[in-house]
Amino acid sequence: MNKVIITVVGKDTVGIIARICTYLAEHRANILDISQTIVQGYFHMMMIVDMSGADLEFLQAADELEHLGEDIGVVVKCQREEIFESMHRLTSLSQ
Amino acid sequence: MLRIDMSEVRETNEMIEKENLDVRTITLGIGLHDCISDDLERLCTAVYDKITRKAEHLVETGEAIGREFGIPIVNKRISVTPIAMIGAAACRSEADFVKLAGSLDRAAGTVGVNFLGGYSALVEMGMTRADELLIHSIPEALSTTGVLCSSVCLGSTRAGIDMDAVRLMGGVIRATAEKTADQDSLGCAKLVVFCNAVDDNPFMAGAFHGVTQPDEVINVGVSGPGVVKTALEKVRGASFEVLCETIKKTAFQVTRVGQLVATEAARRLQVPFGIVDLSLAPTPAVGDSVADILCEMGLTEAGAPGTTAALALLNDQVKKGGLMASSSVGGLSGAFIPVSEDQGMIAAARSGALTIEKLEAMTSVCSVGLDMIAVPGDTSAAKISGIIADEMAIGMINGKTTAVRVIPVIGKKVGEEAQFGGLLGSAPIIPVGSADCDAFIARTGRIPRPVTGFRN
Repeated sequence: MNKVIITVVGKDTVGIIARICTYLAEHRANILDISQTIVQGYFHMMMIVDMSGADLEFLQAADELEHLGEDIGVVVKCQREEIFESMHRLTSLSQ
Repeated sequence: MLRIDMSEVRETNEMIEKENLDVRTITLGIGLHDCISDDLERLCTAVYDKITRKAEHLVETGEAIGREFGIPIVNKRISVTPIAMIGAAACRSEADFVKLAGSLDRAAGTVGVNFLGGYSALVEMGMTRADELLIHSIPEALSTTGVLCSSVCLGSTRAGIDMDAVRLMGGVIRATAEKTADQDSLGCAKLVVFCNAVDDNPFMAGAFHGVTQPDEVINVGVSGPGVVKTALEKVRGASFEVLCETIKKTAFQVTRVGQLVATEAARRLQVPFGIVDLSLAPTPAVGDSVADILCEMGLTEAGAPGTTAALALLNDQVKKGGLMASSSVGGLSGAFIPVSEDQGMIAAARSGALTIEKLEAMTSVCSVGLDMIAVPGDTSAAKISGIIADEMAIGMINGKTTAVRVIPVIGKKVGEEAQFGGLLGSAPIIPVGSADCDAFIARTGRIPRPVTGFRN
């Protein structure tokens, strides 16, 4: 499994989730979990996405999602899940 | 295993975006023993070729890892085997060593690293002819190169202190300052002397690839004073136990990021993972200050009574929290207190709260030593040697690494400021005291191994 965390932060508007989900579906990235909330008037969304079946490399997807976010007026960030796992879970890291 | 939730993601990203959490450096250590030749041209070519070949993908790999995890990896650096050993057969003059320095600097430029360390000599038991030549060549080497860093180990708990080398280094630091006087004596920011130098330090200016190391190794230095400071804001007024627990937990999280990046870099570059250095390394950026952590604990300024205790506590908790987070901890590991690179330290030095004497006390309980301290340009070589001797003695007796990186800023006096730029920051020039130590420094020979060095 090649899991990526996508976070979206910005002013709430129509179709943020739709645009991002459409992009992921087009590239065969599988959404495992999705949650959203509004904090102090700002839209926060987090997705856990499995990229192992996707038809593009991580860095390309990260760049394109970032640009997609700029179009909508939100900040989209893609990060591999391991950074959060390593900070918040006592799982063993290799080596 | 529980899935990562939104608050955890937000916590991590706030640390990165608002609290300056970063990986300070990925440092690739490269052994140069197989480059040794008695022909200078051949040596320079071999050194250049090996560094540019081994580090070809270092910078791009560091950037890709940073991008994928969403964490800045500020510096990509190289450390090499101490050059006094590598150049011993080929370099017959100071100029020969300077030529080799040029090759190292060009290799660093070609692969795009921020710094290359290892223009070094280890002389705690005495100097070889090559050690002496290299040391004498340092002012010229550092004033004619860009990213080359130099270090000299002058003492250790197991060897004592080579006072002849201490005396020599006072003059070398002054000469380096004079040769780079037009840049506020910037050359001295790339030159450090050590007691108990370590073989696996990823931080500059003191990184070198020790002779005990494998051919190549990846060492990583983490940072995050802003993260610790923010965590402590939430426990204002709480007991020392709560304070310590908070620092430990934060240090654990920060170090886990370092471990992750280190193992990933080692895997991609196919180089063995060496160590994670558990450091709190400040930068001149607002919110990235070790002094601010001390203030958050309850001091009005760094340097106030209580500073040494606060720093000791901080250093120890960082280690306790970090040790479990990494499979291999090493390097210097602890809080750094470089004056010019820390807003809070700069402010305290400017107001007079932080003096060189207080800094010396602080170095006995934290990582490294008197670091990035600007002193008046007319400070004598003997006085600089005296400052070095004091710091070496603290390291020798207490079995810890200590270091001195002072900058006698030529043409400037107490009250003025030196500007170094970038991560090196700026520093108010602070007084060093008027009494002299010329006759002490003029003595020849060594301070023998202390009783604490007899552990066998």
